[in-house]
Amino acid sequence: MRFLLRKVGFYLIAAWVAVTLNFLLPQLIPGNPVEVLIAKMQQAGPTPPDEAQILTKLLGLGTGNIFQKYWGYLDSLAHLRLGLSVSDFPTPVATEISSSIYWTLILVGTATVISFVLGIVGGTLVGWKRGSKLDAIIPATTLLTAMPYFWFGLILVYVFATNVFHILPASNGYNTNSSLVPGWSWAFFGSAVQHAILPALSIIVTSVGGWLLGMRNMMVATLSDDYVVAAEAKGLRSSRIMIGYAARNAVLPSISGFAISLGFVVSGAIAMEYVFSYPGIGFKLVQAVGSDDYPLMQGIFLVITLAVLAANLIVDLLYGVIDPRTRIAR
Amino acid sequence: MTASSIAVAEPGARLPGEGRGGRLRAAFRSRRLIVGTAIVGFFVLVAVIGPFFISNPNQIGGPQYAGPSLHYWLGTTQTGQDVFAQLVVSTRASLEIGVGAALLAAFVSIVIGITGGYAGGIVDDVLSLLSNVVLVIPTLPLVIVILAYVKSNGLLPLIVIIALTSWAASARVLRAQTLSVRNREYVLSARASGERLWRIVFVEIMPNELPIIVSNFIFGMIFAILTQAALAFIGLGDPTLLTWGNMLNIAYSDEALAIGAWWWIIPPGLCIALLGMGLALINFSLDELLNPRLRVYRRARARTPGAL
Repeated sequence: MRFLLRKVGFYLIAAWVAVTLNFLLPQLIPGNPVEVLIAKMQQAGPTPPDEAQILTKLLGLGTGNIFQKYWGYLDSLAHLRLGLSVSDFPTPVATEISSSIYWTLILVGTATVISFVLGIVGGTLVGWKRGSKLDAIIPATTLLTAMPYFWFGLILVYVFATNVFHILPASNGYNTNSSLVPGWSWAFFGSAVQHAILPALSIIVTSVGGWLLGMRNMMVATLSDDYVVAAEAKGLRSSRIMIGYAARNAVLPSISGFAISLGFVVSGAIAMEYVFSYPGIGFKLVQAVGSDDYPLMQGIFLVITLAVLAANLIVDLLYGVIDPRTRIAR
Repeated sequence: MTASSIAVAEPGARLPGEGRGGRLRAAFRSRRLIVGTAIVGFFVLVAVIGPFFISNPNQIGGPQYAGPSLHYWLGTTQTGQDVFAQLVVSTRASLEIGVGAALLAAFVSIVIGITGGYAGGIVDDVLSLLSNVVLVIPTLPLVIVILAYVKSNGLLPLIVIIALTSWAASARVLRAQTLSVRNREYVLSARASGERLWRIVFVEIMPNELPIIVSNFIFGMIFAILTQAALAFIGLGDPTLLTWGNMLNIAYSDEALAIGAWWWIIPPGLCIALLGMGLALINFSLDELLNPRLRVYRRARARTPGAL
């Protein structure tokens, strides 16, 4: 129970830091962003009269001392008054986010799980056969890991979509030229899967190396432990020693290192979505940056950060189940 | 993950019969270290002297989208600029960002990690909490919004922002190592004999953590170069600066893909990947060198049935 409270408490603090950063950072914007934003909105169409006030509160630029501004900002967040998007006027920021987050969640989530499983299984095997020809994989994985996700995505587009083979779509999340509407239909589902293959591949190929290398190293270290030697001396089947004895312990750092890795994947996915014009939240963020859409940027930053924190909390709690030693409160 | 595995090794742990000379010899025998050093050395050389041998990379007016030829080794861009010249000139700024951000991040992580580990108590609690929070907040979205808000161009702000978001993992490892070193006898005796604090930290503690610091520095460099490339690619780079990321950004927005100008798309990314691979190989072999548990003995295979 204390373990649970400590973990939840830590992530609450982290979430508070993220929320506060999101309040402090817009102070860096030079000039009066609200005026500029409102001017842009008025060019695009009729703007609600209270929009200026909402933006001022949201960007923490109102009158009064810093605490009053902070309170105003928190009040806006609590009521989900995230303002209107400028680049896609007059869609509310909250709608922009909720219409794009599922694309990213499903794509990046699935790709991360596939990459993790592949890396752990591969790392177990390569670590088990340490010193054999399989170790030659390592230089190759370091090359894969050092590749920018978005660049690998560009190469995939070049090879499989636009120039060499024309077998997979190069952009968008589903076939936007047909009459397909996003929803629960097989036609839409098939089209979405087809469009997700290249983006997912670019995440998996560039992130699997990190998991593989970490797992391989932990396997090699674990295999030199006495309890593994003892298991060998007992004459247990080697598959049992590999999976039940060595891999079981060697996988722990990979799971506890999930936080850092997930940050990498999410970061990589932003530029990757831009390459594929994927309708996810990363592409939205890039578009928002391109058109100085501050309310949209602010909302997306918060949502991405909170999503990553939530994923980490889940993995941390899972870790407590897998490794009972961590549950003992210090 | 690899960084933390170093911490497992006792500082200065050696196998029986192995001295410092043995370690050095092992280093030279490691093919990975040689290959890694060669790659990184090549890029450093290109960054330092390359630009002197290259004509103006911004010179326009050549043939548009010409493929690789004897005159244009890597073809030309949409405005007829020499891709090879751009690639060479980009190496310098890309490396500067990598080294600068990694140095600054290493400095911050040393200050926070060693202070926390050495001081203990409430200072340690606060600094640990700070590192852990910075660690779980995803970096790139944060850097993107900061850059988009401040709209500043130039190398220095970029280096500072990347460094300030990427020190946390190293600080955590350094803190753990400091915790384990600070109660060793030689540190206690230094303290008992009234050595000044800075001497204990810089002469007694820090040298023991040098391998970790070096390893973190190398990781930091890979991370900074990748981050800068991604930022530049999505349009947050300084447009007056030539980096690999900027090259990719311009290539992508000038439809190099649709035209099939692979000579403009492939080289910058390949340079990033190769340099990253060289750095990772160095790190990997340093890991093996300093952490005996990671070393693999080929001869020993016959004796351990599990390895078969």
